[in-house]
Amino acid sequence: MKIVVTVKQVPDPNGAQALEPDNTIARDREVVLDPGDEYGIEEGLQLKEKHGGEVVLVSMGPEKARDAIRKGLSMGADRGILITDEQLAGADALLTARALAAAIKAEKPELVICATESYDGSTGMVPPMLAELLGVPQLTFAKQVEVDGQQVTVHRQTEEGYQVVEGSAPCLVTVTAGIAEPRYASLKGIMAARSKEVKVLKLGDLGIDRGQPAETVESIADADAREAGEIVEDDGSVGVDRIMAVLQSAKVL
Amino acid sequence: MDFELSEEQRAVRELCRDFAREVVAPAAEELDREHRFPVEIVRQMGEMGLFGLPFAEQWGGAGADFLSYCLAIEEISRADAGVGITLEAAVSLGAAPIHDFGTQEQKELLLPDLLAGRKLWAFGLTEPGAGSDAGATRTRAELNDGDWVINGSKQFITNSGTDISAGVTITAVTARRAGAMRGEISAVLVPAGTPGYSVQPAYRKLGWHSSDTHPLAFDDCRVPEASLLGRRGGGYQQFLKTLTGGRIAIAALSVGLAQACLDAALQYAKERSAFGRPISAFQAIQFKLADMAMEVELARWATYRAAVTYEKSQATTGEVQRLAAMAKLYASETSKRAADQAVQIHGGYGFIEDYPVARYWRDAKVNEIGEGTSEVQRMLIARELGC
Ligand SMILES: Cc1cc2nc3c(=O)[nH]c(=O)nc-3n(C[C@H](O)[C@H](O)[C@H](O)COP(=O)(O)OP(=O)(O)OC[C@H]3O[C@@H](n4cnc5c(N)ncnc54)[C@H](O)[C@@H]3O)c2cc1C
Repeated sequence: MKIVVTVKQVPDPNGAQALEPDNTIARDREVVLDPGDEYGIEEGLQLKEKHGGEVVLVSMGPEKARDAIRKGLSMGADRGILITDEQLAGADALLTARALAAAIKAEKPELVICATESYDGSTGMVPPMLAELLGVPQLTFAKQVEVDGQQVTVHRQTEEGYQVVEGSAPCLVTVTAGIAEPRYASLKGIMAARSKEVKVLKLGDLGIDRGQPAETVESIADADAREAGEIVEDDGSVGVDRIMAVLQSAKVL
Repeated sequence: MDFELSEEQRAVRELCRDFAREVVAPAAEELDREHRFPVEIVRQMGEMGLFGLPFAEQWGGAGADFLSYCLAIEEISRADAGVGITLEAAVSLGAAPIHDFGTQEQKELLLPDLLAGRKLWAFGLTEPGAGSDAGATRTRAELNDGDWVINGSKQFITNSGTDISAGVTITAVTARRAGAMRGEISAVLVPAGTPGYSVQPAYRKLGWHSSDTHPLAFDDCRVPEASLLGRRGGGYQQFLKTLTGGRIAIAALSVGLAQACLDAALQYAKERSAFGRPISAFQAIQFKLADMAMEVELARWATYRAAVTYEKSQATTGEVQRLAAMAKLYASETSKRAADQAVQIHGGYGFIEDYPVARYWRDAKVNEIGEGTSEVQRMLIARELGC
């Protein structure tokens, strides 16, 4: 089975975050493979271990996004594709999905795995757009994926529990953090990754142009500060009743 | 000149940074409090290949360069210097001398387990009466009936008494030299469990609580003649090389710890308010943080420079020794100052074990002592200057 996992390099979640003057995300700092993508890579690797085949990582980003691909290759993925082009700087979700779709189409994978959303932009729009552009069904929020021949079954995480959703390959699956604990790369993996191929593609290679942005961020405001809580002094007699009353008025009970 | 890490070096650093943040750091407080050696973390580091980092693939190593190894030490020590020294002592003091000076049989017998982190090997140079003055070694090894018979004791030996400790390389006087003050010194491999070799109860240390340190005693301890490591009488040259690599690795450990102090101090300074402002708004605090950041950066580059030069030079030249001594000296003293300032910035909380900076402060001191004290490093540098 040929599996494509989309991966993205994002500012280190453990570092300071900032925006550029045009409201795009500042990337001039420590960057790492999106932690959410590690779950997708892990799932891809586990499916490959079960069913054989190949795991190909596809990323769009600046040249240094190669490090994100390398990390996935040291975990065990087979090869990578990096779409990098100055014209793609500041790409919105649609342009990102178009570029990824063009590169992935050529690979003809049976399964495309994405995280549900990226850590930095968090739009969650790229995977559904990508499925649409690839013309394949999408199975979203998977916390478990099973493949049986052409049939792909996922446990789809919902607020109440999970749904069992079936589709047929080729298809796109978005995975949640619950799916599998990502492995650490080994030093042998890092060394082996040196000789794995990372193909670089430009816009021209993909046969698409930049087009007009579908969305731009006009302005940004801080979220409303949370209201201060209410402190109830309890002498041991009123506490439980007060908690019940608060929970009821908040319609939690 | 190019100050960029290679792709592979960045990958090693990121792997170790993730592992340190997710696995080593969360365990550090408890290991420190309970003075416990982290068998499970060591096992995981072994599986990742950290203990085999700078060694050839032929022996089960990863074939990475010495700087990659230093990056690993730096990142692990940023989370727990005790785990950092466990890795450092296992690689620089345990496995490296066997790799560099061992016979084919010795390497085949020992290296696969050591480089995989399944077993640890210790290095016993220091004695109750011989520390900085390592030439004053009193432990004797005498040939008798095809065996070396060892008598004497060693002190402060890292990784010698864990459940996976497989043995120790000791330095011993193997012959008296007529008319000379000092005897011929050689290195001998002693497997754990050899009759006459006993590991004494662990020390109660000021810091590095998660690392394992014991006195060792040898009482008519017999090992086969083939247990000699390297050339007879080559002990001095060997530990010169061993300690030069080791000092660079201790410098990396110190950089990691100093960075941890800066990280903690910066975060705290932004969160803590006094006189209606975050304390990071006070110039007195800002200048401390600026000095810490500058010194960490300088220590880091001195360490990387020494690591790259060490890798490139075949022999332990004066230049390599000087760069190693400077990196070790500057980085260890930086870690001590950074820890001190981190505690100061934390005020009273810095003195309480609820925050990690108290542990950093206790852990930093020994960086100025182990593998050659600051005084010894200054002596080495001065000697290189031609004094
Ligand atoms: C936690 C820990 C782990 C260790 N692990 C190991 C290990 O695995 N293997 C091993 O072999 N050793 C190990 N050591 C020992 C360490 O390397 C020695 O403690 C160190 O080299 C200093 O030796 P010493 O303690 O005998 O001090 P001394 O040599 O007695 O020094 C005492 C003081 O005198 C100063 N001094 C000595 N000579 C001079 C001089 N000529 N001029 C100026 N000042 C001088 C020193 O700098 C120091 O300040 C470890 C030590 C510790 C604390």
